[in-house]
Amino acid sequence: MSIALEHYLTVAAALFVIGIFGIFLNRKNVIVILMSIELMLLAVNINLVAFSAYLGDLTGQIFTLFVLTVAAAEAAIGLAILVCFFRNRGTIAVEDVNVIKG
Amino acid sequence: MFASDIAILLPEIVLSVFAMAGLIAAVYTSKDGMAPALVWLTAALLALMGIYIGLTGEGSQVAFDGMFINDGFARFAKVVILLSAAAILLIGKDFMQRDDLLRFEYPMLIVLATVGMMVMVSSGNLMTLYMGLELQSLSLYVVAAMRRDSVRSTEAGLKYFVLGALSSGILLYGASLTYGFAGTADFAGIVAAVEGGASLGLIFGLAFMVAGLAFKVSAAPFHMWTPDVYEGSPTPVTAFFATAPKMAAMGLLARLAHDAFGSVVSDWQQIIALLAVLSMFLGAIAAIGQTDIKRLMAYSSISHMGFALMGLAAGTEQGVSAMLIYMAIYVTMNVGTFAFILSMQKDGRHVTNISSLNAFSTKEPIKAAAILILMFSLAGVPPMVGFFGKYAVLLAAVDAGLNLVAILGVVASVIGAFYYLRIVYFMYFGEEREGIDGKMSPLAYAGLMAAAAIMLLGVFNLFGVDSLAEAAAATLVR
Repeated sequence: MSIALEHYLTVAAALFVIGIFGIFLNRKNVIVILMSIELMLLAVNINLVAFSAYLGDLTGQIFTLFVLTVAAAEAAIGLAILVCFFRNRGTIAVEDVNVIKG
Repeated sequence: MFASDIAILLPEIVLSVFAMAGLIAAVYTSKDGMAPALVWLTAALLALMGIYIGLTGEGSQVAFDGMFINDGFARFAKVVILLSAAAILLIGKDFMQRDDLLRFEYPMLIVLATVGMMVMVSSGNLMTLYMGLELQSLSLYVVAAMRRDSVRSTEAGLKYFVLGALSSGILLYGASLTYGFAGTADFAGIVAAVEGGASLGLIFGLAFMVAGLAFKVSAAPFHMWTPDVYEGSPTPVTAFFATAPKMAAMGLLARLAHDAFGSVVSDWQQIIALLAVLSMFLGAIAAIGQTDIKRLMAYSSISHMGFALMGLAAGTEQGVSAMLIYMAIYVTMNVGTFAFILSMQKDGRHVTNISSLNAFSTKEPIKAAAILILMFSLAGVPPMVGFFGKYAVLLAAVDAGLNLVAILGVVASVIGAFYYLRIVYFMYFGEEREGIDGKMSPLAYAGLMAAAAIMLLGVFNLFGVDSLAEAAAATLVR
Protein backbone atom coordinates (compact mmCIF):
# COMPACT_ATOMS: atom_id res chain seq x y z
CA MET A 1 0.00 0.00 0.00
CA SER A 2 1.39 3.37 -0.93
CA ILE A 3 1.03 6.42 1.22
CA ALA A 4 -1.25 8.91 -0.52
CA LEU A 5 -2.17 12.52 0.19
CA GLU A 6 -5.19 11.49 2.28
CA HIS A 7 -3.00 9.69 4.78
CA TYR A 8 -0.91 12.77 5.40
CA LEU A 9 -4.00 14.92 5.72
CA THR A 10 -5.52 12.48 8.21
CA VAL A 11 -2.41 12.50 10.40
CA ALA A 12 -2.30 16.29 10.26
CA ALA A 13 -5.99 16.59 11.13
CA ALA A 14 -5.54 14.20 14.05
CA LEU A 15 -2.54 16.15 15.37
CA PHE A 16 -4.41 19.43 14.96
CA VAL A 17 -7.42 18.15 16.91
CA ILE A 18 -5.13 16.77 19.64
CA GLY A 19 -3.55 20.22 19.84
CA ILE A 20 -6.91 21.97 20.23
CA PHE A 21 -8.08 19.49 22.84
CA GLY A 22 -4.78 19.89 24.64
CA ILE A 23 -5.57 23.57 25.08
CA PHE A 24 -9.18 23.18 26.15
CA LEU A 25 -9.13 20.01 28.22
CA ASN A 26 -5.84 20.63 29.96
CA ARG A 27 -6.40 21.77 33.55
CA LYS A 28 -2.87 21.42 34.86
CA ASN A 29 -0.05 23.40 33.41
CA VAL A 30 0.46 26.32 31.04
CA ILE A 31 3.56 24.63 29.57
CA VAL A 32 1.27 21.89 28.22
CA ILE A 33 -0.72 24.61 26.44
CA LEU A 34 2.47 25.88 24.80
CA MET A 35 3.23 22.34 23.64
CA SER A 36 -0.30 22.00 22.27
CA ILE A 37 0.10 25.22 20.28
CA GLU A 38 3.34 23.85 18.86
CA LEU A 39 1.53 20.64 17.92
CA MET A 40 -1.13 22.59 16.01
CA LEU A 41 1.47 24.48 14.03
CA LEU A 42 3.34 21.28 13.21
CA ALA A 43 0.12 19.68 12.00
CA VAL A 44 -0.24 22.62 9.63
CA ASN A 45 3.32 22.06 8.44
CA ILE A 46 2.58 18.43 7.59
CA ASN A 47 -0.44 19.63 5.62
CA LEU A 48 1.57 22.21 3.74
CA VAL A 49 4.45 19.89 2.86
CA ALA A 50 2.08 17.11 1.79
CA PHE A 51 0.15 19.48 -0.45
CA SER A 52 3.38 20.91 -1.80
CA ALA A 53 4.65 17.46 -2.78
CA TYR A 54 1.29 16.46 -4.19
CA LEU A 55 0.91 19.63 -6.27
CA GLY A 56 4.54 19.73 -7.33
CA ASP A 57 4.59 23.35 -6.20
CA LEU A 58 7.28 24.80 -3.93
CA THR A 59 5.07 27.45 -2.30
CA GLY A 60 3.91 25.10 0.44
CA GLN A 61 7.46 24.26 1.50
CA ILE A 62 8.43 27.91 1.64
CA PHE A 63 5.30 28.58 3.67
CA THR A 64 6.44 25.83 6.05
CA LEU A 65 9.77 27.56 6.61
CA PHE A 66 7.96 30.78 7.51
CA VAL A 67 5.64 28.91 9.86
CA LEU A 68 8.61 27.25 11.60
CA THR A 69 10.29 30.61 12.10
CA VAL A 70 7.16 32.23 13.46
CA ALA A 71 6.53 29.23 15.74
CA ALA A 72 9.99 29.70 17.25
CA ALA A 73 9.35 33.41 17.85
CA GLU A 74 5.95 32.62 19.28
CA ALA A 75 7.38 30.07 21.73
CA ALA A 76 10.04 32.57 22.83
CA ILE A 77 7.45 35.27 23.52
CA GLY A 78 5.07 32.85 25.21
CA LEU A 79 7.76 31.57 27.55
CA ALA A 80 8.90 35.13 28.32
CA ILE A 81 5.37 36.16 29.31
CA LEU A 82 5.03 32.95 31.31
CA VAL A 83 8.23 33.71 33.25
CA CYS A 84 6.91 37.19 34.09
CA PHE A 85 3.62 35.70 35.19
CA PHE A 86 5.40 33.12 37.36
CA ARG A 87 7.45 35.82 39.10
CA ASN A 88 4.28 37.66 40.07
CA ARG A 89 1.99 34.78 40.87
CA GLY A 90 4.39 32.04 41.98
CA THR A 91 2.58 29.35 40.02
CA ILE A 92 1.82 28.40 36.44
CA ALA A 93 -1.10 26.07 37.08
CA VAL A 94 -3.93 26.78 34.64
CA GLU A 95 -6.48 27.02 37.44
CA ASP A 96 -4.47 29.85 39.03
CA VAL A 97 -4.66 32.07 35.96
CA ASN A 98 -7.78 33.60 37.43
CA VAL A 99 -7.03 37.03 38.89
CA ILE A 100 -9.10 38.79 36.23
CA LYS A 101 -12.59 37.49 35.84
CA GLY A 102 -15.96 38.88 34.92
CA MET B 1 11.12 45.42 -11.25
CA PHE B 2 12.70 45.08 -7.82
CA ALA B 3 13.13 48.84 -7.43
CA SER B 4 9.47 49.50 -8.18
CA ASP B 5 8.44 46.78 -5.69
CA ILE B 6 10.52 48.50 -3.03
CA ALA B 7 8.92 51.83 -3.87
CA ILE B 8 5.47 50.35 -3.26
CA LEU B 9 6.55 49.00 0.12
CA LEU B 10 8.36 52.19 1.11
CA PRO B 11 6.19 53.17 4.12
CA GLU B 12 6.47 49.69 5.65
CA ILE B 13 10.22 49.58 5.06
CA VAL B 14 10.75 53.03 6.55
CA LEU B 15 8.80 52.09 9.67
CA SER B 16 10.60 48.74 10.09
CA VAL B 17 14.01 50.38 9.74
CA PHE B 18 12.93 53.08 12.17
CA ALA B 19 11.88 50.47 14.74
CA MET B 20 15.22 48.67 14.55
CA ALA B 21 17.24 51.88 14.53
CA GLY B 22 15.25 53.20 17.48
CA LEU B 23 15.88 50.05 19.50
CA ILE B 24 19.61 50.12 18.82
CA ALA B 25 19.87 53.84 19.48
CA ALA B 26 18.07 53.50 22.81
CA VAL B 27 20.06 50.47 23.93
CA TYR B 28 23.42 52.16 23.23
CA THR B 29 22.53 55.52 24.74
CA SER B 30 20.28 56.46 27.61
CA LYS B 31 17.84 53.51 27.41
CA ASP B 32 14.50 54.53 28.96
CA GLY B 33 15.63 58.15 29.22
CA MET B 34 15.11 58.33 25.48
CA ALA B 35 11.58 56.97 25.67
CA PRO B 36 9.62 60.27 25.79
CA ALA B 37 11.53 61.61 22.80
CA LEU B 38 11.01 58.32 20.99
CA VAL B 39 7.26 58.51 21.60
CA TRP B 40 7.11 61.96 20.02
CA LEU B 41 9.30 60.88 17.13
CA THR B 42 7.29 57.70 16.56
CA ALA B 43 3.95 59.49 16.65
CA ALA B 44 5.26 62.10 14.20
CA LEU B 45 6.59 59.44 11.85
CA LEU B 46 3.37 57.40 12.00
CA ALA B 47 1.27 60.48 11.27
CA LEU B 48 3.66 61.49 8.49
CA MET B 49 3.39 58.05 6.90
CA GLY B 50 -0.38 58.22 7.21
CA ILE B 51 -0.43 61.55 5.40
CA TYR B 52 2.08 60.31 2.81
CA ILE B 53 -0.02 57.22 2.06
CA GLY B 54 -3.19 59.29 1.99
CA LEU B 55 -1.82 61.86 -0.47
CA THR B 56 0.32 59.73 -2.77
CA GLY B 57 -0.40 56.48 -4.52
CA GLU B 58 -2.95 56.18 -7.23
CA GLY B 59 -4.74 53.20 -8.64
CA SER B 60 -3.90 49.63 -7.68
CA GLN B 61 -0.31 48.52 -7.68
CA VAL B 62 1.03 45.09 -6.84
CA ALA B 63 4.51 44.21 -5.63
CA PHE B 64 6.42 40.93 -5.50
CA ASP B 65 4.26 39.05 -8.00
CA GLY B 66 0.96 39.93 -6.39
CA MET B 67 2.01 39.16 -2.80
CA PHE B 68 1.52 42.74 -1.72
CA ILE B 69 -1.35 44.90 -2.96
CA ASN B 70 -1.43 48.65 -2.65
CA ASP B 71 -4.93 49.70 -3.69
CA GLY B 72 -7.39 52.31 -2.51
CA PHE B 73 -8.82 49.94 0.09
CA ALA B 74 -5.40 49.25 1.62
CA ARG B 75 -4.58 52.95 1.66
CA PHE B 76 -7.82 53.88 3.42
CA ALA B 77 -7.26 51.24 6.09
CA LYS B 78 -3.59 52.23 6.49
CA VAL B 79 -4.41 55.89 7.00
CA VAL B 80 -6.90 54.98 9.75
CA ILE B 81 -4.40 52.57 11.35
CA LEU B 82 -1.46 54.98 11.26
CA LEU B 83 -3.32 58.07 12.46
CA SER B 84 -5.04 56.20 15.30
CA ALA B 85 -1.76 54.59 16.39
CA ALA B 86 -0.12 58.03 16.47
CA ALA B 87 -3.03 59.49 18.44
CA ILE B 88 -3.02 56.62 20.96
CA LEU B 89 0.74 56.98 21.52
CA LEU B 90 0.33 60.67 22.32
CA ILE B 91 -2.74 60.48 24.58
CA GLY B 92 -1.19 57.60 26.53
CA LYS B 93 2.23 59.21 26.99
CA ASP B 94 1.56 60.97 30.30
CA PHE B 95 -0.15 57.90 31.76
CA MET B 96 2.85 55.74 30.91
CA GLN B 97 5.30 58.29 32.31
CA ARG B 98 3.40 58.75 35.56
CA ASP B 99 3.25 55.00 36.12
CA ASP B 100 6.92 54.58 35.23
CA LEU B 101 5.91 52.34 32.34
CA LEU B 102 7.39 54.37 29.54
CA ARG B 103 10.17 52.06 28.40
CA PHE B 104 11.77 52.63 25.03
CA GLU B 105 10.46 49.27 23.78
CA TYR B 106 6.88 50.50 24.00
CA PRO B 107 6.85 52.90 21.02
CA MET B 108 9.00 50.47 19.01
CA LEU B 109 6.62 47.56 19.63
CA ILE B 110 3.73 49.78 18.61
CA VAL B 111 5.57 50.59 15.37
CA LEU B 112 6.22 46.90 14.66
CA ALA B 113 2.59 46.04 15.37
CA THR B 114 1.56 48.86 13.02
CA VAL B 115 3.83 47.52 10.26
CA GLY B 116 2.19 44.12 10.75
CA MET B 117 -1.24 45.69 10.37
CA MET B 118 -0.18 47.51 7.21
CA VAL B 119 1.03 44.23 5.72
CA MET B 120 -2.24 42.56 6.75
CA VAL B 121 -4.48 44.98 4.90
CA SER B 122 -2.19 44.87 1.85
CA SER B 123 -1.78 41.11 1.69
CA GLY B 124 -2.36 39.40 -1.64
CA ASN B 125 -1.14 35.96 -0.66
CA LEU B 126 -1.73 33.57 2.23
CA MET B 127 1.91 33.90 3.30
CA THR B 128 1.80 37.70 3.45
CA LEU B 129 -1.45 37.43 5.35
CA TYR B 130 0.08 35.12 7.94
CA MET B 131 3.34 37.04 8.35
CA GLY B 132 1.53 40.36 8.77
CA LEU B 133 -0.89 38.89 11.25
CA GLU B 134 1.89 37.33 13.32
CA LEU B 135 4.04 40.46 13.34
CA GLN B 136 1.05 42.32 14.72
CA SER B 137 0.03 39.63 17.22
CA LEU B 138 3.50 38.93 18.62
CA SER B 139 4.06 42.65 19.27
CA LEU B 140 0.66 42.98 20.91
CA TYR B 141 1.22 40.00 23.25
CA VAL B 142 4.28 41.77 24.60
CA VAL B 143 2.67 45.19 25.08
CA ALA B 144 -0.29 43.57 26.88
CA ALA B 145 2.17 42.29 29.50
CA MET B 146 4.02 45.63 29.56
CA ARG B 147 3.51 46.12 33.30
CA ARG B 148 5.89 43.30 34.17
CA ASP B 149 5.50 43.56 37.93
CA SER B 150 1.72 43.29 37.93
CA VAL B 151 -0.14 39.99 38.13
CA ARG B 152 -3.05 41.43 36.20
CA SER B 153 -1.04 42.72 33.28
CA THR B 154 1.04 39.55 32.90
CA GLU B 155 -2.10 37.45 33.21
CA ALA B 156 -3.72 39.54 30.48
CA GLY B 157 -0.64 38.97 28.34
CA LEU B 158 -0.71 35.24 29.01
CA LYS B 159 -4.40 34.90 28.20
CA TYR B 160 -4.03 36.98 25.08
CA PHE B 161 -1.04 34.92 24.01
CA VAL B 162 -2.72 31.52 24.48
CA LEU B 163 -5.95 32.46 22.73
CA GLY B 164 -4.15 34.50 20.07
CA ALA B 165 -1.82 31.62 19.27
CA LEU B 166 -4.80 29.26 19.13
CA SER B 167 -6.57 31.56 16.69
CA SER B 168 -3.43 31.90 14.57
CA GLY B 169 -3.22 28.10 14.49
CA ILE B 170 -6.82 27.78 13.38
CA LEU B 171 -6.33 30.43 10.72
CA LEU B 172 -3.17 28.73 9.54
CA TYR B 173 -4.85 25.34 9.28
CA GLY B 174 -7.50 26.97 7.11
CA ALA B 175 -4.77 28.60 5.02
CA SER B 176 -3.06 25.23 4.47
CA LEU B 177 -6.33 23.64 3.32
CA THR B 178 -7.05 26.58 1.04
CA TYR B 179 -3.57 26.36 -0.46
CA GLY B 180 -3.89 22.63 -1.02
CA PHE B 181 -7.31 22.62 -2.59
CA ALA B 182 -6.85 25.77 -4.65
CA GLY B 183 -3.34 24.76 -5.71
CA THR B 184 -1.97 28.23 -5.06
CA ALA B 185 -1.50 30.63 -2.19
CA ASP B 186 -2.18 33.76 -4.26
CA PHE B 187 -5.55 35.39 -3.70
CA ALA B 188 -5.83 35.96 -7.44
CA GLY B 189 -5.33 32.23 -8.02
CA ILE B 190 -7.72 31.23 -5.25
CA VAL B 191 -10.50 33.41 -6.61
CA ALA B 192 -10.05 31.75 -10.00
CA ALA B 193 -10.07 28.27 -8.40
CA VAL B 194 -13.34 28.86 -6.54
CA GLU B 195 -15.07 30.39 -9.58
CA GLY B 196 -18.37 28.62 -10.11
CA GLY B 197 -18.53 26.94 -6.70
CA ALA B 198 -15.92 26.07 -4.07
CA SER B 199 -15.01 22.45 -3.29
CA LEU B 200 -15.61 21.07 0.20
CA GLY B 201 -11.93 21.43 1.07
CA LEU B 202 -12.00 25.11 0.17
CA ILE B 203 -15.16 25.67 2.20
CA PHE B 204 -13.38 24.10 5.19
CA GLY B 205 -10.38 26.32 4.60
CA LEU B 206 -12.58 29.38 4.38
CA ALA B 207 -14.48 28.51 7.57
CA PHE B 208 -11.25 27.95 9.54
CA MET B 209 -9.75 31.21 8.31
CA VAL B 210 -12.89 33.20 9.12
CA ALA B 211 -12.96 31.63 12.61
CA GLY B 212 -9.31 32.59 13.15
CA LEU B 213 -9.95 36.17 12.05
CA ALA B 214 -13.11 36.36 14.15
CA PHE B 215 -10.83 35.86 17.17
CA LYS B 216 -8.73 38.82 16.08
CA VAL B 217 -11.71 41.14 15.61
CA SER B 218 -13.17 39.77 18.87
CA ALA B 219 -16.46 38.75 17.30
CA ALA B 220 -18.74 36.50 19.36
CA PRO B 221 -18.48 33.51 19.92
CA PHE B 222 -14.71 34.03 19.71
CA HIS B 223 -14.66 37.05 22.02
CA MET B 224 -13.81 35.51 25.40
CA TRP B 225 -10.31 36.94 25.62
CA THR B 226 -11.44 40.54 25.03
CA PRO B 227 -12.84 41.63 28.43
CA ASP B 228 -9.98 40.07 30.42
CA VAL B 229 -7.26 41.46 28.19
CA TYR B 230 -8.83 44.92 28.08
CA GLU B 231 -9.15 44.98 31.86
CA GLY B 232 -5.71 43.63 32.70
CA SER B 233 -3.55 45.54 30.22
CA PRO B 234 -2.27 49.04 31.04
CA THR B 235 -4.93 51.51 29.85
CA PRO B 236 -2.92 53.05 26.93
CA VAL B 237 -2.39 49.53 25.63
CA THR B 238 -6.10 48.80 25.98
CA ALA B 239 -6.79 51.96 24.00
CA PHE B 240 -4.47 50.70 21.29
CA PHE B 241 -6.15 47.26 21.23
CA ALA B 242 -9.53 48.90 20.77
CA THR B 243 -8.53 50.92 17.72
CA ALA B 244 -5.86 50.10 15.11
CA PRO B 245 -5.80 46.25 15.38
CA LYS B 246 -9.56 46.14 14.97
CA MET B 247 -9.37 48.15 11.76
CA ALA B 248 -6.54 45.92 10.50
CA ALA B 249 -8.31 42.64 11.26
CA MET B 250 -11.53 43.92 9.72
CA GLY B 251 -9.60 45.05 6.65
CA LEU B 252 -7.92 41.66 6.38
CA LEU B 253 -11.26 39.89 6.67
CA ALA B 254 -12.71 42.08 3.92
CA ARG B 255 -9.70 41.46 1.72
CA LEU B 256 -9.85 37.70 2.22
CA ALA B 257 -13.60 37.60 1.64
CA HIS B 258 -13.55 39.69 -1.52
CA ASP B 259 -10.09 39.20 -3.03
CA ALA B 260 -9.79 35.46 -2.41
CA PHE B 261 -13.41 34.31 -2.14
CA GLY B 262 -15.16 37.12 -4.00
CA SER B 263 -16.72 34.72 -6.50
CA VAL B 264 -18.55 32.69 -3.83
CA VAL B 265 -20.10 35.44 -1.72
CA SER B 266 -23.01 33.29 -0.56
CA ASP B 267 -20.58 30.79 1.02
CA TRP B 268 -19.18 33.23 3.55
CA GLN B 269 -22.12 35.62 3.80
CA GLN B 270 -24.03 33.35 6.17
CA ILE B 271 -21.05 32.82 8.51
CA ILE B 272 -20.31 36.52 8.76
CA ALA B 273 -23.96 37.46 9.24
CA LEU B 274 -24.20 34.96 12.11
CA LEU B 275 -21.01 36.33 13.72
CA ALA B 276 -22.43 39.85 13.33
CA VAL B 277 -25.75 39.07 15.04
CA LEU B 278 -24.11 37.15 17.89
CA SER B 279 -21.55 39.91 18.50
CA MET B 280 -24.10 42.71 18.48
CA PHE B 281 -26.29 40.98 21.03
CA LEU B 282 -23.57 39.59 23.23
CA GLY B 283 -21.82 42.96 23.36
CA ALA B 284 -25.04 44.80 24.14
CA ILE B 285 -26.37 42.42 26.79
CA ALA B 286 -23.16 41.43 28.60
CA ALA B 287 -22.09 45.07 29.02
CA ILE B 288 -25.18 45.93 31.08
CA GLY B 289 -23.87 44.38 34.29
CA GLN B 290 -20.34 45.78 34.04
CA THR B 291 -19.02 48.22 36.61
CA ASP B 292 -15.47 48.51 35.28
CA ILE B 293 -15.29 50.98 32.40
CA LYS B 294 -12.48 49.09 30.64
CA ARG B 295 -14.54 45.88 30.67
CA LEU B 296 -17.52 47.89 29.51
CA MET B 297 -15.52 49.24 26.58
CA ALA B 298 -14.48 45.67 25.76
CA TYR B 299 -18.10 44.59 25.40
CA SER B 300 -18.84 47.82 23.58
CA SER B 301 -16.13 46.98 21.05
CA ILE B 302 -17.54 43.45 20.61
CA SER B 303 -20.92 44.99 19.82
CA HIS B 304 -19.38 47.53 17.42
CA MET B 305 -17.49 44.78 15.62
CA GLY B 306 -20.85 43.09 15.12
CA PHE B 307 -22.12 46.17 13.31
CA ALA B 308 -19.01 46.43 11.15
CA LEU B 309 -19.34 42.73 10.29
CA MET B 310 -22.93 43.37 9.29
CA GLY B 311 -21.64 45.75 6.62
CA LEU B 312 -19.23 43.08 5.45
CA ALA B 313 -21.95 40.42 5.47
CA ALA B 314 -23.81 42.39 2.80
CA GLY B 315 -21.11 41.16 0.41
CA THR B 316 -21.44 44.21 -1.81
CA GLU B 317 -19.35 47.24 -2.62
CA GLN B 318 -21.79 49.32 -0.60
CA GLY B 319 -21.27 46.94 2.34
CA VAL B 320 -17.48 47.29 2.28
CA SER B 321 -17.75 51.06 2.06
CA ALA B 322 -20.22 51.08 5.00
CA MET B 323 -17.80 48.90 6.99
CA LEU B 324 -14.94 51.33 6.30
CA ILE B 325 -17.04 54.34 7.32
CA TYR B 326 -18.14 52.51 10.45
CA MET B 327 -14.58 51.56 11.41
CA ALA B 328 -13.23 55.08 10.83
CA ILE B 329 -15.95 56.54 13.06
CA TYR B 330 -15.54 53.79 15.67
CA VAL B 331 -11.79 54.37 15.91
CA THR B 332 -12.26 58.12 16.35
CA MET B 333 -14.87 57.65 19.08
CA ASN B 334 -12.64 55.20 20.91
CA VAL B 335 -9.61 57.50 20.80
CA GLY B 336 -11.71 60.21 22.47
CA THR B 337 -13.28 57.90 25.04
CA PHE B 338 -9.98 56.34 26.01
CA ALA B 339 -8.36 59.76 26.28
CA PHE B 340 -10.82 60.32 29.11
CA ILE B 341 -10.53 56.83 30.65
CA LEU B 342 -6.75 57.31 30.77
CA SER B 343 -7.22 60.37 32.94
CA MET B 344 -9.68 58.85 35.41
CA GLN B 345 -7.92 59.04 38.74
CA LYS B 346 -8.57 59.89 42.34
CA ASP B 347 -5.82 61.14 44.68
CA GLY B 348 -3.17 60.01 42.20
CA ARG B 349 -4.56 56.47 41.84
CA HIS B 350 -6.22 55.16 38.71
CA VAL B 351 -9.87 54.27 39.05
CA THR B 352 -11.92 52.46 36.44
CA ASN B 353 -15.20 52.05 38.27
CA ILE B 354 -18.01 53.83 36.48
CA SER B 355 -19.64 54.93 39.75
CA SER B 356 -16.63 57.22 40.26
CA LEU B 357 -18.14 59.36 37.49
CA ASN B 358 -20.94 60.40 39.84
CA ALA B 359 -21.82 64.08 39.52
CA PHE B 360 -18.86 64.68 37.23
CA SER B 361 -20.80 67.31 35.32
CA THR B 362 -21.00 69.71 38.27
CA LYS B 363 -17.23 69.55 38.67
CA GLU B 364 -16.15 69.64 35.02
CA PRO B 365 -19.05 70.69 32.79
CA ILE B 366 -17.03 70.95 29.56
CA LYS B 367 -15.39 67.55 29.84
CA ALA B 368 -18.70 65.99 30.87
CA ALA B 369 -20.32 67.48 27.79
CA ALA B 370 -17.58 66.00 25.59
CA ILE B 371 -18.14 62.55 27.15
CA LEU B 372 -21.87 62.99 26.67
CA ILE B 373 -21.33 63.60 22.96
CA LEU B 374 -19.02 60.58 22.66
CA MET B 375 -21.40 58.29 24.57
CA PHE B 376 -24.36 59.39 22.45
CA SER B 377 -22.25 58.82 19.38
CA LEU B 378 -21.21 55.34 20.56
CA ALA B 379 -24.85 54.53 21.21
CA GLY B 380 -25.75 55.77 17.75
CA VAL B 381 -28.08 58.57 18.80
CA PRO B 382 -28.71 61.05 15.98
CA PRO B 383 -27.43 63.64 15.16
CA MET B 384 -23.99 62.46 16.36
CA VAL B 385 -21.69 60.97 13.75
CA GLY B 386 -21.93 57.50 15.28
CA PHE B 387 -25.49 57.35 14.02
CA PHE B 388 -24.34 57.72 10.40
CA GLY B 389 -22.00 54.76 10.73
CA LYS B 390 -24.85 52.58 11.98
CA TYR B 391 -27.14 53.98 9.29
CA ALA B 392 -24.63 53.11 6.55
CA VAL B 393 -24.24 49.47 7.64
CA LEU B 394 -27.97 49.00 8.18
CA LEU B 395 -28.69 50.43 4.74
CA ALA B 396 -26.09 48.16 3.15
CA ALA B 397 -27.58 45.12 4.90
CA VAL B 398 -31.13 45.97 3.81
CA ASP B 399 -30.04 46.63 0.22
CA ALA B 400 -28.34 43.24 0.15
CA GLY B 401 -31.55 41.56 1.32
CA LEU B 402 -30.40 40.84 4.89
CA ASN B 403 -33.53 42.34 6.41
CA LEU B 404 -33.58 40.09 9.46
CA VAL B 405 -29.97 40.91 10.31
CA ALA B 406 -30.71 44.62 9.99
CA ILE B 407 -33.76 44.40 12.26
CA LEU B 408 -31.77 42.46 14.85
CA GLY B 409 -29.07 45.13 14.56
CA VAL B 410 -31.53 47.89 15.41
CA VAL B 411 -32.81 45.90 18.41
CA ALA B 412 -29.25 45.30 19.62
CA SER B 413 -28.34 48.96 19.29
CA VAL B 414 -31.37 49.92 21.39
CA ILE B 415 -30.31 47.46 24.11
CA GLY B 416 -26.73 48.74 23.84
CA ALA B 417 -27.83 52.34 24.26
CA PHE B 418 -28.73 51.53 27.87
CA TYR B 419 -25.22 51.26 29.24
CA TYR B 420 -23.89 54.28 27.36
CA LEU B 421 -26.76 56.34 28.69
CA ARG B 422 -26.13 54.96 32.16
CA ILE B 423 -22.68 56.55 32.12
CA VAL B 424 -24.27 59.84 31.09
CA TYR B 425 -26.83 59.39 33.87
CA PHE B 426 -24.09 58.91 36.45
CA MET B 427 -22.31 62.04 35.25
CA TYR B 428 -25.34 64.30 35.27
CA PHE B 429 -27.72 62.87 37.85
CA GLY B 430 -25.47 60.72 40.05
CA GLU B 431 -25.29 61.31 43.78
CA GLU B 432 -22.72 63.82 44.91
CA ARG B 433 -19.98 61.60 46.24
CA GLU B 434 -16.23 61.34 46.19
CA GLY B 435 -15.61 61.31 42.46
CA ILE B 436 -12.57 61.45 40.24
CA ASP B 437 -10.31 64.51 40.22
CA GLY B 438 -11.01 65.33 36.62
CA LYS B 439 -7.47 66.52 35.87
CA MET B 440 -6.31 65.66 32.38
CA SER B 441 -2.95 65.92 30.69
CA PRO B 442 -2.99 68.46 27.82
CA LEU B 443 -2.53 65.75 25.18
CA ALA B 444 -5.39 63.61 26.51
CA TYR B 445 -7.56 66.70 26.82
CA ALA B 446 -6.83 67.59 23.20
CA GLY B 447 -7.69 64.03 22.13
CA LEU B 448 -10.99 64.06 24.01
CA MET B 449 -12.03 67.47 22.71
CA ALA B 450 -10.96 66.75 19.13
CA ALA B 451 -12.92 63.48 19.06
CA ALA B 452 -16.00 65.14 20.53
CA ALA B 453 -15.75 68.01 18.04
CA ILE B 454 -15.46 65.55 15.15
CA MET B 455 -18.56 63.73 16.39
CA LEU B 456 -20.48 67.03 16.28
CA LEU B 457 -19.02 68.79 13.25
CA GLY B 458 -18.88 65.67 11.10
CA VAL B 459 -22.68 65.73 10.95
CA PHE B 460 -22.55 68.05 7.94
CA ASN B 461 -20.52 65.93 5.56
CA LEU B 462 -18.61 63.33 7.63
CA PHE B 463 -15.48 65.25 6.49
CA GLY B 464 -15.79 63.49 3.15
CA VAL B 465 -14.96 60.09 4.64
CA ASP B 466 -17.99 58.50 3.00
CA SER B 467 -16.88 59.35 -0.54
CA LEU B 468 -13.31 58.22 0.26
CA ALA B 469 -14.66 54.95 1.64
CA GLU B 470 -16.78 54.43 -1.46
CA ALA B 471 -13.75 54.95 -3.70
CA ALA B 472 -11.75 52.56 -1.49
CA ALA B 473 -14.43 49.89 -1.57
CA ALA B 474 -14.68 50.16 -5.35
CA THR B 475 -11.06 49.04 -5.66
CA LEU B 476 -11.67 45.92 -3.54
CA VAL B 477 -14.99 44.61 -4.80
CA ARG B 478 -15.06 43.63 -8.45
